[in-house]
Amino acid sequence: MAKKKRMKDLTLWERIYLPEVAKGLSITLQNMFRPAFTMEYPEVKFMPQGSYRGRPVLVLEEHGGERCVACGLCSRVCPALAIEIQAGETDREKERYPEKFEINMLRCIFCGLCEEVCPEEAIVMSKDYELAFTKREDAIYGKDKLLVPVAELQDRIEFLRSFK
Amino acid sequence: MDMFTLFAVKLIQVLIIAQVMLLTVSYLVYFERKISAWAQSRVGPNRVGPAGLLQPFADVLKLLLKEDIMPEKANKLVHIIAPIIALFVAFTTYAVIPIGPDITLFGLNIPLSVAPEIDMGILYVLALTSIGVYAITFSGWSSGSKYSLLGGIRSSAQMISYEISMGFAIAGVLLMAGSTLPTKIVELQSGWMWNAIVQPIGFIVFVVSAFAETNRLPFDLPEAEPELVGGFHTEYSSMKFAGFFLAEYANMIIASALIVTLYLGGWQIPYIETLGWAPEIVIPLQIGAFAFKLGALLFFFIWVRWSLPRFRYDQLMDLGWKVMFPLSLINIVWVAAIIMIFGIK
Repeated sequence: MAKKKRMKDLTLWERIYLPEVAKGLSITLQNMFRPAFTMEYPEVKFMPQGSYRGRPVLVLEEHGGERCVACGLCSRVCPALAIEIQAGETDREKERYPEKFEINMLRCIFCGLCEEVCPEEAIVMSKDYELAFTKREDAIYGKDKLLVPVAELQDRIEFLRSFK
Repeated sequence: MDMFTLFAVKLIQVLIIAQVMLLTVSYLVYFERKISAWAQSRVGPNRVGPAGLLQPFADVLKLLLKEDIMPEKANKLVHIIAPIIALFVAFTTYAVIPIGPDITLFGLNIPLSVAPEIDMGILYVLALTSIGVYAITFSGWSSGSKYSLLGGIRSSAQMISYEISMGFAIAGVLLMAGSTLPTKIVELQSGWMWNAIVQPIGFIVFVVSAFAETNRLPFDLPEAEPELVGGFHTEYSSMKFAGFFLAEYANMIIASALIVTLYLGGWQIPYIETLGWAPEIVIPLQIGAFAFKLGALLFFFIWVRWSLPRFRYDQLMDLGWKVMFPLSLINIVWVAAIIMIFGIK
């Protein structure tokens, strides 16, 4: 019976096995003296880049009004049906504003479609990733939590503009 | 020494050794996690206490608070007895291993080993570690789960095949010493006449078999997490699981202590007697040497675990029967030749 030969048979040196074991051991030993990659999270915070998609927020203009015109596109495009908007009217130059703007953070999947579809650059993804609630009611973010000053979102807005 | 003092001295020795063993076992678990972390460029446990040093106590507390689950199809008596056997074996084997030369305290000549007078010496260790197979086989069989059963079968097959080469490797040592007494075996390895140097093949065979006997990677087929969930202890929880866990690490300490005693000169430091120091300095140093050798071997055990992949079942059997067994026989011939040429010491 002809013995099948493998594409690459082990040499005698490799078949003794102990030298190869020593090689493997030396690799792990070298690793033991390398610095750890671990980021000790609660003490050291992860600082994301502009490309990071954290929780979606509404842009608050410097004069104190929101940018959003309550067109409802974000709510329409949201695949998880997380956004609920009720439009209202004002006497300002922009006549529409959202009376109620709620994002259910239990439904949000951080896809960023709302930000992509928004004609006013009014809803953007922030760098905030620390989202923990103790109650289901807490997970529904209203305008009080969603509105973030435009200065804090400059990174993300610049990132978005570089793709337009 | 009358009966009462003998009893008192032995009781104190047993208590000290049992406590030291338990503490070492718990910190061995800590170091296992730390060393695995270092080998993988991680930090490891660092939350409980400074540098995570209180982690073992947190682990034990957690295990104590867990619910003790008994599988419906389990054979209840055997299911409970199995971890007890494992622990019993793990904590009794240590009795014959000498951690230092005889010392004189309060006018009493005290040998630093719990039972130095047992004539069978090393054979006692072999006998007890063989009982250890029952713990794993029983646990696998009694759990009423196929994964546990597979783990139990694997472990009995593995332990039986490696026990043979282990026994033959020890036979070489016994031939050399002409005695089964561990104290005598240690005394004969003075200077650099360590058995690891005189009979390197036997040393390698013994170390590999020790890995297989303690079910450590690369021979941890009875556990084999990816294939068998947890192997023989899949159905165990709470303190019954902790029993197996402690026994595994206690077995590691025993295997290391055995390797030190049989092959690495026990508590001996080569040529320390030529320095002419007082025994008050030499004896603590020698006990320290034993602890150092033991620690180095334990590190080696952990280091190997985090470096090598697991053997396949057939490879394991191949290695056991086709490589280790002939090698151990060659070792016996080698030792016999040495004795014939140089005469029995």
